[in-house]
Amino acid sequence: MTTTVERPPVQEEVAPAQRGNKVGPALLTVLTWIIGIGFFFPILWMVLTAFKQEADAYTTPPTLFFTPTLDQFAEVFDAGIGPYLLNSLFATVMSTIFVLALAIPAAYAVSLRPVKKTQDVLFFFISTKMLPVVAAIVPIYVVVNNIGMLDNVWTLIVLYTAMNLPIAVWMMRSFFQEVPKELLEAASMDGASLWRSMREVVLPVVSPGIAATSLICVIFAWNEFFFAVNLTAAQAATVPVFLVGFITSEGLYFAKLCAAATMCALPVVIAGWIAQNKLVQGLSFGAVK
Amino acid sequence: MRKRLRKRLNWPYRTYWRDMEHVPHGNSPPIPEKEGTVAAPPSRSPDRPPRRPRRGLGSLTAVIAVLVLALSGCAGAGALGGGGDGQQTITIAIVSNPQMQDAIQLSNRFEQENPGIRLKFVSLSENEARAKITASVATGGGEFDAVMISNYETPQWAANGWLVDLDPLMARTPGYDEDDFIPAVRQALSGPDGHMYAVPFYGESSFLMYRKDLFAQAGIQLSAQPTWQEVAAAAQRLHDPSKGMSGICLRGKPGWGEVMAPFDTMVNTFGARWYDPQWNAQLTSPKFREAANFYVDLQRNYGVPGAATAGFSECGTEFSQGNAAMWYDATVAAGIVENPAESRVAGNVGYAPAPVVEKPDSGWLYTWSLAIPKTAEEEGTSDAAWRFLSWMTSKEYGPMVGQELGWEHVPPGARQSTYQIPQYVEASKAYAQQTLDAIAAADQRNPSVEPVPYTGVQFLAIPEFQDMGTRVSQQLSAAVAGQQTADEALDQAQVYAETVGESYQREGQ
Amino acid sequence: MTATVERPAEIVPREPVNKGREGWVRRAPLLPALVFTIIVTQLPFLFTIWYSLQSWNLVRPGSQQFVGLDNYVNVFTDSQFRGVALNTVVLTVGAVLIAMVLGLAFALLLDRQFRGRGVVRTLLITPFLITPVAAALLWKTVLFSPTYGLINFVLSPFGAGQTDWISAFPLTSVMVALVWQWTPFMMLLTLAGLQSQPHDVLEAARVDGAGSFAIFREITLPHLRRFIELGIVLGAIYLVNTFDAIYMMTQGGPGTASANLPFYIYQRAFLGFDIGQSAAMGVVVVVATIIVSTFALRLIFRSFQEES
Repeated sequence: MTTTVERPPVQEEVAPAQRGNKVGPALLTVLTWIIGIGFFFPILWMVLTAFKQEADAYTTPPTLFFTPTLDQFAEVFDAGIGPYLLNSLFATVMSTIFVLALAIPAAYAVSLRPVKKTQDVLFFFISTKMLPVVAAIVPIYVVVNNIGMLDNVWTLIVLYTAMNLPIAVWMMRSFFQEVPKELLEAASMDGASLWRSMREVVLPVVSPGIAATSLICVIFAWNEFFFAVNLTAAQAATVPVFLVGFITSEGLYFAKLCAAATMCALPVVIAGWIAQNKLVQGLSFGAVK
Repeated sequence: MRKRLRKRLNWPYRTYWRDMEHVPHGNSPPIPEKEGTVAAPPSRSPDRPPRRPRRGLGSLTAVIAVLVLALSGCAGAGALGGGGDGQQTITIAIVSNPQMQDAIQLSNRFEQENPGIRLKFVSLSENEARAKITASVATGGGEFDAVMISNYETPQWAANGWLVDLDPLMARTPGYDEDDFIPAVRQALSGPDGHMYAVPFYGESSFLMYRKDLFAQAGIQLSAQPTWQEVAAAAQRLHDPSKGMSGICLRGKPGWGEVMAPFDTMVNTFGARWYDPQWNAQLTSPKFREAANFYVDLQRNYGVPGAATAGFSECGTEFSQGNAAMWYDATVAAGIVENPAESRVAGNVGYAPAPVVEKPDSGWLYTWSLAIPKTAEEEGTSDAAWRFLSWMTSKEYGPMVGQELGWEHVPPGARQSTYQIPQYVEASKAYAQQTLDAIAAADQRNPSVEPVPYTGVQFLAIPEFQDMGTRVSQQLSAAVAGQQTADEALDQAQVYAETVGESYQREGQ
Repeated sequence: MTATVERPAEIVPREPVNKGREGWVRRAPLLPALVFTIIVTQLPFLFTIWYSLQSWNLVRPGSQQFVGLDNYVNVFTDSQFRGVALNTVVLTVGAVLIAMVLGLAFALLLDRQFRGRGVVRTLLITPFLITPVAAALLWKTVLFSPTYGLINFVLSPFGAGQTDWISAFPLTSVMVALVWQWTPFMMLLTLAGLQSQPHDVLEAARVDGAGSFAIFREITLPHLRRFIELGIVLGAIYLVNTFDAIYMMTQGGPGTASANLPFYIYQRAFLGFDIGQSAAMGVVVVVATIIVSTFALRLIFRSFQEES
């Protein structure tokens, strides 16, 4: 929520409309604001509805003014969202740690010390990402079932690690390529050990990349639904699964649903807001700094 | 804390970088360092100084650190590992209907009475619950110690040996009184050996709910046993979209447990059938076409907005919010409709038997019941699971719900004794008798006018029906949405039915 | 199975060192990730192929038997499967392209100095961060609901009435929700691209008297190309696997009007329990994906080649 950071006026000349009269830019600004608010409005509405009583949520025309209540959130907690939150958190954090542990050395190998075929390996990684997960779900289910790992949070951790690894390797690779070779060479000529040059030359350059990569992994792992819904039941189910189960057959439920959805989405939204620059870096595979 | 972490994470590399700063600057513009920028061209001129590391890792690491801390603090709460203190955790997969939600709410009483047993519920909507439970039980997944299934699954799964025989367990449970179960329901939950493999939580048939006030206003009289033609005429009279009033709410949502249930009863009473005794698919027969067209037209002409995605719960909302004049659905719906806290039409609703055409007694028979998968026996949890099952389906459960949550919450249609509780009889007098009559009249053995090779009213009790029913329901739902005609839907559905029929014809040879 | 996506030959690995031990030392850091990925992502596909040759209904015990290519015959003669495949293409291509066009437009709007720019950007990226399941739920209930939905309320002055968007336009509804979620992503990418434009070139063009549109077409767009390509490829990778939105919003219905391949296969596997057929469909989809992704990889590859 600390995102209102202005960009220094590096390139105000870029916008074509700014050269004309003064009405144009103002109109454009208004338009931009309208679009921004319009895009955000469904989310705002969801959050608002979460603070309503069910009766207020069901009025036509929709009401903007109401007495806010935390009842719906209390209900969501009563319905037992707690363990699901913990599972999500655990699966997300652990899988992200594993991804980093696997991806950083791999990216180091493919970018700083490439050997023949490393490019092939790189393409192999990304090609696994293009495979439809659904084609593998049946065997995964059967295997996981046979080894007694259904409904186990570690199953999710392994799968989320595999799911995010390709993207992470690609992202980390592009950050590693930023490491100036001259510096590495200079360091090794100074007699710096591998560990020291890693720590003092490589790490500073790639640490923003590590942050960006983790953020992306966190987002995708937290939001993952397909594996979670098919491979977990009670002990290991994550928040999205909770949300689906929460859609009860009860009559009135708009506000409750909105409260649950808000709680489900909130952690990642906040993390993303805080680190939105990292998001850009990460998503562009480091092509943009 | 964040600041300190960041400081710690900033390592001594700063010094190294400062050494490098004598590298001459080229023409490239200074890189804005302020947070919030997406700027900085990625051009890599050789003479440019290496980019300074950005902050930000610190904050993220801090977030992760906090999360991990939180986790390690809370992991003891039970989510990530069972209690090792001699407690047994029983995991129950359950369909998230209102009555089941009540049971979940009251289950802490069971835990108080049985301190050695902790309950964990997985409550899912019908389609999802079914997919999950079937996959788990069929593959011996063993995630669940007790499952909620219906009279569709129970006899088949009992025959497959997937369920624990409950007769011995019932016999050694004093006061359980299995003879109190409504006979039709009990029979529907028996395996080929006549033993019960599931115990009913509630039972239901189907009937027609209508707004007495609106009918009186419009001067419409329904006969004691209404016909579908009567219903259609009334729907036409009362349908008034400009006032937000729909003539009738019927399920249109795909899924064999959704749209197929009311539709199948219509198929049966129109005198149509899925298969002839030789397993020849009959979905394109004139009577089947007539039934399908009637169902689709009724929905398209006088249905609620969004009829094609309306299921039990959607119709419940529409009808109890006063947006529909009639609703043909499960008898348990009365509990929602008559609940003054949730319904705006409580007290204004009349109940009539399932509408008919040719075949009388067209209502369905359905029961949500509880069973124990065989895997629980292997894991040694079946006794604890039975303790819970026998609690949730006991004679005492109904009165307890009534006292705690209100008498309209009592699960109906499972035990005869429920209908002797004075408070319940009083609370449900608008629909109790209609419910009992409908359940007793439902004819699972002979669903249609003509002979058929299967049993089941609103389903065909064969394993392939889950899949076939779902695919046919998708076709039908598309017709309700207006994307194709009912006849087109049936042409495609006939193909699916033929494939299934052929496999039985092969088997019979 | 999928490792052999063809790679254009131009690429030359930097400092190709490959002398026995030294090569292995250099490869070592790569191996854990590689082995892990192969085991977790590739082995299951071998099973999938094996299952696809069986007739196996999970709910009919003892029904597992080898039937050769029967399942494939069924898949190719299933008109529903073809319809669903078409849905997948329409949904993926449609959502990616619309999101890209909108994203580009928004990025151009944001690439100016004005009050609250940071705020607007934050607002605009939020849909991308929302859990897809929650987003789909939001669209289904809060926005598209015929009786209580905001969309019908907003449109009611124009006589929209109680349109049931999801059943009247199921695929479009899903697509709208997906576009809403992915436009921010495209916007972020193109915005980053816009801001990395070399000023001197823009300035020079302006001094030469080029109009805004000419500058956009001749300089900005070519510069943005690799960002756009990157966005399209990444968007397609994720959107082709769309499951959550369909599961939550339409369950593939009405009929199979809004089912895509992932959802359809899921249904055949976990509602129909027809393991053989769903595996066969999976194999068909994988083969198709390999073909398509070969082209996609060429694209993304070119992007990265230009970068370095």
